[in-house]
Amino acid sequence: MSEVKKIATRESYGNALAALGQDHEDLVVLDADLAGATKTSTFKKAFPDRFFDCGIAEGNMMAVAAGLAAAGMVPFASTFAMFAAGRAFEQVRNSIGYPHLNVKIGATHGGISVGEDGASHQCCEDFALMRSIPGMTVMCPADDVEARAAVKAAYEFEGPVYLRFGRSATPVFHDEDSFEFKIGKGEVLQDGNDVAIIATGLMTYEAIKAGEMLREKGINARVINMCTIKPLDEDLILKAAAECGKVVTCEEHSIIGGLGEAVSALLSEKCPTPVRRIGVNDEFGHSGPAADLLKQFGLCAENIVDCVCSWK
Amino acid sequence: MTETEKMGLMQTACKVRTGIIEAVHAAKSGHPGGSLSAADMFTYLYFKEMNVDPENPKDPDRDRFVLSKGHTAPGLYSALAHRGFFPVEELKTLRHIGSRLQGHPNMNETPGVDMSTGSLGQGVSAAAGMALAAKKQGKNFRVYTLLGDGEIEEGQVWEAMMFAHHYGLDNLCVIVDNNDLQIDGRIGDVVDPYPIPEKFKAFGLHVVEIDGHDFDQIAAAMEEARSTKDVPTAIIMKTVKGKGVSYMEDQAGWHGKAPNDEQYELAMEELGKQLAELEVK
Repeated sequence: MSEVKKIATRESYGNALAALGQDHEDLVVLDADLAGATKTSTFKKAFPDRFFDCGIAEGNMMAVAAGLAAAGMVPFASTFAMFAAGRAFEQVRNSIGYPHLNVKIGATHGGISVGEDGASHQCCEDFALMRSIPGMTVMCPADDVEARAAVKAAYEFEGPVYLRFGRSATPVFHDEDSFEFKIGKGEVLQDGNDVAIIATGLMTYEAIKAGEMLREKGINARVINMCTIKPLDEDLILKAAAECGKVVTCEEHSIIGGLGEAVSALLSEKCPTPVRRIGVNDEFGHSGPAADLLKQFGLCAENIVDCVCSWK
Repeated sequence: MTETEKMGLMQTACKVRTGIIEAVHAAKSGHPGGSLSAADMFTYLYFKEMNVDPENPKDPDRDRFVLSKGHTAPGLYSALAHRGFFPVEELKTLRHIGSRLQGHPNMNETPGVDMSTGSLGQGVSAAAGMALAAKKQGKNFRVYTLLGDGEIEEGQVWEAMMFAHHYGLDNLCVIVDNNDLQIDGRIGDVVDPYPIPEKFKAFGLHVVEIDGHDFDQIAAAMEEARSTKDVPTAIIMKTVKGKGVSYMEDQAGWHGKAPNDEQYELAMEELGKQLAELEVK
């Protein structure tokens, strides 16, 4: 595969907000003293009157966003995934989820690829937490093109949305001109019937590489990008499971409560199929460069290939 | 406010209190104490202060009320019902399966409820968000929110105050129902939040201290809040928990308990007498 350009999806988030802000007066952005890191600073620079720093008070920020939405604005509330989904869980559940208010939560720095900051900031539980809230849409885009499309789709969608973005620059593999995005729809990136590899976020690019490596070994994998973790694209997954007979899920998240469990639950009820989950194995992360951590935690194309090849 | 108007409000407050007792008794659970302590404020807000229309409860230009102390929903529901947002008879469905009157307010089910609340400390932030929206939309609506005095033990209340002051939300009126009791006892004994006015002053709010059962003082405080520019106003009102029902007054035990049939009859008799006395005047 040739060298590709790399962009962190948090950059995409900031850029998408600034672009959307041009056409939509009702779009406002909140942050909790992390605008430089979440990249909402890009929006702040373009639209200072519609940017509100809430200071280091994430619970208040989520409920303020709820109030803004109740009065007709479309707020994007932004902070790190750890604090959006973790610290402010109950505000998101009770003030946004329960009244089903039109708040978009832009959570950056998801997963262990946060890197050097270590375990306290490496949120691998956000899918689990957000999936459990009734009516919450949960998305984790795989590259810059998809991330910007997901932010636009979230704005156009009526209801609460949780968007997870990454800190580290990751390869851009979608073609901007031909890419079409729809909330709740997965995307088949490589066809095959030997095994289905379903990935989300930065793991999707690893799955693409794994698909190519497996093909060289004579194994035809169906590689699926699943940006929307809830609601799940059930038809696409059921078809892949039925036609491939085995499924590997890949996510930069705990194997508990995320994409892997969502797929497993669906399949055990509607199309019992063996599933292997690649993710963070019920442990905390630690400090280190993102690339090294991803290797150490088994979140690379090679790990996907090993998983498939060792599966008799 | 004329004497006639004041008398009308006092009578309405008595009916609101009756509705609270009817609702909580029918539900066999709920929170009468803090509903009764705030009944005069609920009455003033919905019958005098706020620009609301029961025929158009979602009017984007209406004033908003957020019951941050959401457990006192019976007080809010009774005021809304008497104001015409839904039938007074419906109060008896409180907390029943299929009822629009949930144990804590649900904005998507109950006409006139502007925010879903119940988890303490969150409603006040939502109210700040609404007030900020009004500023950004160039609208003139005001936002009122009612907090319990125990509720201000929640740290989020102070996050919200910092935020509301920072963004100059002078269209936000924060009301604290200082009935001095929370579930576990006197607020000063549980985890002392006193002195209350000083704390709000320290956060930059304009503070007004009143007797929350005196309509003249409530009216003056609201007028003062409306004429205060650049900063939000906090009205700290001294009240009696359970006000209007003798055996409930100033008793922590009546925070979240329904009267039995005998106690219900006694409460209705007392409130009936109070109303009759007001109507004679």
